Amino acid sequence: MSAADQIAAAESGLLEIRGLVKHFGGVTAVNALNMTVRAGDIHALIGPNGSGKTTTLNVISALYRADGGSIRFDGAELVRRPAHAIAQMGIARTFQNIRLFGDLTVRENVMIGRHVRTRVGFVGALLPGGATAREERETRERALELLAFVGLERTAGASARSLPYGDQRRVEIARALASEPRLLLLDEPAAGMNPAETDALVALLRTIRDKGTTLLLIEHDMNLVMSVSDRVTVLNFGQHIAEGPPADIARNPDVITAYLGGTLDAA
Amino acid sequence: MNRSKAGAIALLVVVLALLPAVVHSDYLLALCDTAGIYAIVVMGLGILLGFAGQLSLAQAAFLGIGAYASGWLTTHLGWSVWPSMGAAMALSALVGLAVGYPCLRLSGHYLALATIGFGIITQLVLINWKDVTNGSDGMGSIPPPAIGSFVFDTYGRYYYIVLVAVIVCAYVAWRIKTTRVGRALEAIRENEIAARATGIDATRYKIVAFVLAGTYAGLAGSLLAHMTKFISPDSYSFDQSVVFLVMLIVGGSSSISGAILGAVLLWFLPEVLRPLKTSYIMVYGAAVIAMIVFMPRGLIGLFEGVRARFARRSPEAA
Repeated sequence: MSAADQIAAAESGLLEIRGLVKHFGGVTAVNALNMTVRAGDIHALIGPNGSGKTTTLNVISALYRADGGSIRFDGAELVRRPAHAIAQMGIARTFQNIRLFGDLTVRENVMIGRHVRTRVGFVGALLPGGATAREERETRERALELLAFVGLERTAGASARSLPYGDQRRVEIARALASEPRLLLLDEPAAGMNPAETDALVALLRTIRDKGTTLLLIEHDMNLVMSVSDRVTVLNFGQHIAEGPPADIARNPDVITAYLGGTLDAA
Repeated sequence: MNRSKAGAIALLVVVLALLPAVVHSDYLLALCDTAGIYAIVVMGLGILLGFAGQLSLAQAAFLGIGAYASGWLTTHLGWSVWPSMGAAMALSALVGLAVGYPCLRLSGHYLALATIGFGIITQLVLINWKDVTNGSDGMGSIPPPAIGSFVFDTYGRYYYIVLVAVIVCAYVAWRIKTTRVGRALEAIRENEIAARATGIDATRYKIVAFVLAGTYAGLAGSLLAHMTKFISPDSYSFDQSVVFLVMLIVGGSSSISGAILGAVLLWFLPEVLRPLKTSYIMVYGAAVIAMIVFMPRGLIGLFEGVRARFARRSPEAA
């Protein structure tokens, strides 16, 4: 591979965001954002409060509709597709304010995560044997495997609501992984976790990446960001102000200004 | 489903099947038939509200559509009863689709209001479309079903048609609840945003639930028409839809046995309260309020709570 090819390969990302705009009334939450997430990376999206990180994630997963720009996932345009279609294309996510199916069991939560990988519909439900029974068994087994993977096999039968906070975050990760995503979006996965739980999370995220899933995460815990990320994008006022490896980002004067206060003009 | 639960259900079905051998009062048998028919309506509502979390106050309208479709096809077009029942279900399903498609973009109170509107419109159509429905005078001479020369023309005989229908409807609801479609519906009820982000086409699944609720009510309406042989629009009112909702809530909304239990219990409660004469409605109302306040998860929730308490007290028995 020539040097030019290598650069081209590195430049072409799994997720390419170009000129993304999102307004809420008169407020521009995301303003002409450009960003590339390379396949196989753990990519962190950081920035001060209100800089548009969660909005960006919500627009990628189509919980919000973009007001302009383009989001390409493996070449396919995501903007204007409904949320469920984006999940079907291989993008799963977790939520900052945890959104589990609270009354259902932990295992059922993860089984629901298999939705896009399973087929049985209304007619199949009425024919209990054969393919339906097989798929149901596989769904159940796969859910238990994933719960073991995130370290929650013992709580499979508990209601999701009854779990402690940190465990609920791991159920969300297991549910997201159940769809076998190519890109996993994580909105503050370490929020509310103690240091031991955070260490376990870092190991878990690395394992997920090493199994071939690309991760894009929002996180406030800078130690976690610096230790786990392959690449970091910094947002401020809905705009991209820096992108690069974590060590470079930590030394970037624009980033330091954004975090310590002051305006970009003053920097 | 575990073995003891399956055994209990089999035993219950046998007991229920023997009921007409013991009960000889035509009046009581008619009540039993109607209780079963209402259980079907409430199970349908259970799929929509209990599983998918979408409130409809139009179940009585779908009951009316099923009743009139079946009545009209048999009396005006001379169809035999069984295909009319199928057609009544199909029509209710189609109307459910046509109404559900626009309505299920709404949520919460707005959805409830839209279904109330649909229910009232339906009743007005039944009253005023006299060429088809015979208006407020009602439609009579609706024939009973028959298999060969065996005519289901007594309440005791009709009971078995209702029993089979209840079992089939409960089975369908149970299969839905315990497989992928039911999990998708429950995901929508629990957290619609998370459900969508998990790849569930929430609008489509809500429409499926709405159509199923309509189909159940349509079947029940047809069963009611061929049982009573006479139908009139006043049975398919908004008030009746509220009664179905209360039956479901009292029984336990996300449970199939709760739906059946709630329907049967609240259908027979006025009979039990009959000695109170005119003040029965007060006691009935108070009883319903008490059940909703003290059993927020319905009768089924109460049973499960008692069972859990016994399991805690006697761990050695577990």
